[in-house]
Amino acid sequence: MTPAPLHLAGERLMLDPAGVVSWPARRTLIVSDLHLEKGSHFAVRGRFVPPYDTRETLSKLALAVRRYGPARLVLLGDSFHDPMGCDRMAPADCATLQRILASVEEVVWVLGNHDPVAPRGLPGTAVETLEDGPLTFRHEADPRAQGEMSGHFHPKATLMTRAGGISRPCFATDARRVILPAFGAYTGGLDVRDPALGGLFPRGGRVFLLGPDRLFSVPMAPMRRRPEPVA
Amino acid sequence: MGTLPEPFAGWFAARGWTPRPHQLALWKAARAGESALLIAPTGGGKTLAGFLPSLLELHEAPREGLHTLYVSPLKALAVDIARNLMDPVSEMGLPIRIETRTGDTPQNRRARQRETPPHILLTTPESLAVLLANPEAPELFAGLRSVVVDEAHAMAGTKRGDQLSLCMARLDVLAPGLRRVGLSATVAHPEALRAWLSPTARAEDVRLVVGRGGAEPDMSLMLPEGHLPWGGHMGIASAPGVLARIREAGVTIVFVNTRAQAELIFAALWKINDENLPIALHHGSLEISQRRKVEAAMAAGKLRAVVATASLDLGIDWGAVDQMIHVGAPKGVSRLLQRIGRANHRMDEPSKAVLVPANRFEVIECVAATEAVRAHELDGDPPRPGGLDVLAQHILAMACQAPFHPDDLYAEVSRAGAYSTLSRRDFDDVLRFVEDGGYALRAYERFRRLFTDSEGLVHVRDLRVARQARMNLGTIVDTPMIKVRLRGGPVLGEVEEWFASTLEPGNSFIFAGQTLRYEGIDALTMVVSRGGEGDPRVPAYAGARLPLSTNLSFRVRSILAEPRRWRALPDPVRDWLRLQQRRSEMPQRDGMLIEVFPKGGRWFMVAYCFEGRLAHQTLGMLVTKRMERLGFAPMGYLGTDYVLATWSAFEPTDPERLFEEDILGEELEEWIAESSMLRRTFRNIATIAGLIEKNHPGQEKSGRQMTMNSDLIYDVLRKHEPDHILLRATRAEAAHGLTDVSRIATLLARVQGAVRVRRLDRVSPLAVPALIEEGREWVAGGAEDALLAEAAALVEQATDGAEHFADVLAEVTEGVRVRSGVVDRPRRQDRKRRPPPRRFIRSAKGLAS
Repeated sequence: MTPAPLHLAGERLMLDPAGVVSWPARRTLIVSDLHLEKGSHFAVRGRFVPPYDTRETLSKLALAVRRYGPARLVLLGDSFHDPMGCDRMAPADCATLQRILASVEEVVWVLGNHDPVAPRGLPGTAVETLEDGPLTFRHEADPRAQGEMSGHFHPKATLMTRAGGISRPCFATDARRVILPAFGAYTGGLDVRDPALGGLFPRGGRVFLLGPDRLFSVPMAPMRRRPEPVA
Repeated sequence: MGTLPEPFAGWFAARGWTPRPHQLALWKAARAGESALLIAPTGGGKTLAGFLPSLLELHEAPREGLHTLYVSPLKALAVDIARNLMDPVSEMGLPIRIETRTGDTPQNRRARQRETPPHILLTTPESLAVLLANPEAPELFAGLRSVVVDEAHAMAGTKRGDQLSLCMARLDVLAPGLRRVGLSATVAHPEALRAWLSPTARAEDVRLVVGRGGAEPDMSLMLPEGHLPWGGHMGIASAPGVLARIREAGVTIVFVNTRAQAELIFAALWKINDENLPIALHHGSLEISQRRKVEAAMAAGKLRAVVATASLDLGIDWGAVDQMIHVGAPKGVSRLLQRIGRANHRMDEPSKAVLVPANRFEVIECVAATEAVRAHELDGDPPRPGGLDVLAQHILAMACQAPFHPDDLYAEVSRAGAYSTLSRRDFDDVLRFVEDGGYALRAYERFRRLFTDSEGLVHVRDLRVARQARMNLGTIVDTPMIKVRLRGGPVLGEVEEWFASTLEPGNSFIFAGQTLRYEGIDALTMVVSRGGEGDPRVPAYAGARLPLSTNLSFRVRSILAEPRRWRALPDPVRDWLRLQQRRSEMPQRDGMLIEVFPKGGRWFMVAYCFEGRLAHQTLGMLVTKRMERLGFAPMGYLGTDYVLATWSAFEPTDPERLFEEDILGEELEEWIAESSMLRRTFRNIATIAGLIEKNHPGQEKSGRQMTMNSDLIYDVLRKHEPDHILLRATRAEAAHGLTDVSRIATLLARVQGAVRVRRLDRVSPLAVPALIEEGREWVAGGAEDALLAEAAALVEQATDGAEHFADVLAEVTEGVRVRSGVVDRPRRQDRKRRPPPRRFIRSAKGLAS
C-alpha cells in the first residue's frame, strides 16, 4: 500500500489507496460515505441483497485504522445509509464498530444527508462542519470553500487504456479541496465529468484512481461548457 | 377426416384454397385432445393451422369465456395475428371475439377483459405472467382449452421461454386437459423442442406434425466490384451491387448482422440511390412507431427494399418479397434459412437469396453456408435447462396468485419442459431466496416476503410485496438506453447510454438513417439536430454479433483443407489460398495450424481454431496466461471468428504446449469468475430474480450514485457466500454458452496430437485478415493512426507490395473500433482519388516468382 502525498492549504496529507486520507500532523484519519447497513435498508424494501456489506466495510476500516493508528477519526457523513441504520446493525458488527471507535481518542461524526442525526449509542461528537487550522471538513463540498475535505459525491473516474476504459472510485482534488471516494462496500460512483461534480473543479484538477496497492494519478480537464439547456 | 365442415370448407374454396395436410393433422390432434408441435417452413399457413381447431370447436359449440390463448415472442406479431384472424372470423360470421393483451394494452381494456374475457386472447410471455400473478387468474383460465405458442423455436432455451414454460405448467393446473400447440420453423433438435412444449416434459406426449418443405431456395454469391477486401465486416464496397439487385427486383429485404452495419449500409445505398427508390431502415433500436410504419409500408407494397437486422427475423408473412440479400457472413445456418424464408412466402416457388460476403474469409463462410442449406444441415443447440432466476420470479408470482404448498409447486414446476431436471435442493434454495434472500447469515428473517402458515402453505406477506413482484415480472433485462429526440421533433429511437456519454456537443453520428448532431442531454433524452460535421460515428450495441456456429466452422475447415473443393470459390479467393499453400500451409480439417512469425519487434502467433469469436476470446485469455508462465511475455491477443492471434516479446517456442487440455482446469475457474461476461450474467440474474430493481421506462433514477451496483454485490457475495444460489445460477448459465467453454474443450480434445506448427519469417496470407481485424485487446483508445500504420505494414509484408494499399486500407478503416469494441467510426474516403479498381492479386504465379 503506497499512499500519495498531497498538499492542501499548506498541510501535508496522505491519500491512501484504501480510499482514506491521513493527516499526520494532527494524527487524524479521514474517511467518508461508509453507508453502513445499506444492504438491510434494501432488505426492508424487499430487495434481499447480500447482508455482508457492513461486515465488509468495517473490516476494511479496521485495517486502515490499525495501519495509521490515528488519535482522531473523522467520518465525513453518510456513515449510515439511513437514520435507522445503527439500530439494524447485527450485534457482531456493532461490536466491531465499537472496537474500532474505542481504539482512537476522538471520533467526529460529520453529519450527512443520509444520516442527519448523530448515531445512537456510539461514542463521538456530531457536527455539521469541523474546522481545524486551515482545513474544513464537511459532507458536501461548498463551491466557495478553501482547504476543504468532503465526500457525498462518491467520485469515480474512467481511464482509457489499451483494453478500453477502466472505471474506479477516486479522490478528486485541486488546490482548494479534496473530495474523498465513498468507502462503503455497496457504494457506487458518480463520474467526475458529471456537471454536479466537475462544476466544483472549474479549472480542472487531478484525480487519483484507487488500485489494490497504489493510486493512479491523472489530470482532470476543466469542465466543458455545460450543454445548453434544451427546451 | 380430410374435409372441413361448413362454413369453413366454403371459405377455403372461395379463396381457391384447400386445407393443407398439416392443418388437418393439427385438427385431428385437437380432436383427440392431444398437444402437437407443427414444424413447417414459413408460408405454410402455420398460424391458421394453429387456430383452426379452436375456430372449429367454437363454431360447433359456441360458449362464453376464454377458450384459446396465443403467445408470441413479439408484441407486434400478436397485434398483426389478431388483425389477420379477424378476417376469416368475420367473413364466416363466427361468434368469436379476439383481443390482444400486451404491455401496451390500456387500463380500461384490461379491466373489461377481466369482466368479459374474449374467446381468443393474443399475448406475450410477460403479459401472461402478469395475468397469472393475479388472484383472479383461476377464474379467468378455468375454461381454457388451448394454448398456441408461436415461433416456439425462438422461445425454447431463452429466459422468456423459461417463463412461458413455467406459466404453461400453471395453466395446466388451472385448466386440466388443456391442449398445447407449438408452431415452429425447422429446427436441428425437434425432439428437444417437443419435450420443451410437452405438458409432461416428455417428448412422446406431443404429436409431431411436419409440414412439407417448400421449393429449394435459389442462392447465389455476389462479390464487390474491383478488389476483394481483406478485412472489414460491413460490406460497404458492395453497395452498388446491392442497389443494382434492388433495382432489378420488385421487393427486397437486405439483411445485415448488426445495427451499426444496418445504418452504414443504409447510408451507403442512399448515397448512390439517384432514382430515389423507396428504401427503408429497420432495426431494434429505432422508435417502435417508426418500425411499425416501415412494416406497414412494406405490407402495403410501398417499399422496394428494407435494410434490416434480426428485428425482422420473426414476424408476419408479407408474401410479396422477391429476394433476400444477406450482406456479411450469415454465421449460422438456421438463421440464414429463417432469413431466406422471409424472402418468399409462396410455398411452391423458390426463395431467392443473394449472399454478399464483406471480405475474403467471409466468402468461404458464405460458400459453406450455401452448401449447408442445400444439405438441410441445421445448427443451434438444444434448449438449455431453465434458469433459476426465472424460477425465483415465478415462485413469487405464484404466491401472489394463491398460497401454495412447496411440494405441490415443486411437482408442478418439474412438469414444465424447461425445468424437468430441476433438483429439489435447487428448488428449495430458490424458495428460500425468495423468502428472505436465503443467506447463510440469517439477517433478513424479519423482512421476509413469504410466510408459511400452520398447514404448510406459503403466503405472500402483504399487498406491497405483491405489487412489487408484479412490477418486476418479465425476463428482458436491457442495457441502459437513452432516447434520441430531434430538437422540437419526434423521438427517433434509442442508443446505449455509454455511447451518449462518449459524445460531446457538436459531435455527429449516424442514426435512424440520418446524420445527427449531438446537442445535449435533457433529463432522460438525448437531444439532437439534423446535419453535423466531421466524421460521423455509428452507435454500436453490446453483444450484437453472433459467433460462427459449430456446423459452419466444420464446413469452413473442410473447404480450406480440400483444395478440390476450391472450385466453388471465386478466383481471388482461390489465388489467395494457393498463395497460403506456398507460403505456409492450409489448416487441416480436424487439426490445428499454428503460425509463428516475428513482426515489428514482436512475435506473433496465429492459431487457426475456427471456434467463433467468443470461444477465441476466452481461449486467448487462457493461452496468454500460460504464455506468461512460460516466460514469453505476452502483450495482447485478439479473437476473430476464425483465429486466435497473440503477440509477445519473446518467441513462443513449442506453441502446442499452449493448447494442452489442462489449461481449462487450471486457469479457467479463476478467470471466469473475474470476467465481465460473468458479471453481466450476474447482473441479469440478480435483476430477474428481484435482487436489484429493474429500470422502469420513464422512471427517473433518484441520484445516480445511490443506485445499487450489481458488481459490488457480486464481489461481496463471492467473498462471503460463494455457494449462494444466485452464484450457482450464474455459473450454470455461463457454462451454457455464454463463454463458449464447451467449444474450447471440444477444440482442445480434437487437436491433441494434430497441431501443426509453422515458423515463418513473416505474416502468411491467411493471417492477414485476422491481424487487421478490430478487437478490444488490440486497439488502443484513439490510436487509430498507429493501427492503420500497423495494418498497412502487415498487408505490404504479406503481398510483397504487389498492390496499392489504398483500397485495402479503405476497407480496413471501415470498421475500426475506437473504444473497447463498441464504437465503429467510419472514415471518409475521397473516392475520386482512389486508383481504378484492380484485382488484388493478379496471379499467384506472378507473385510467387
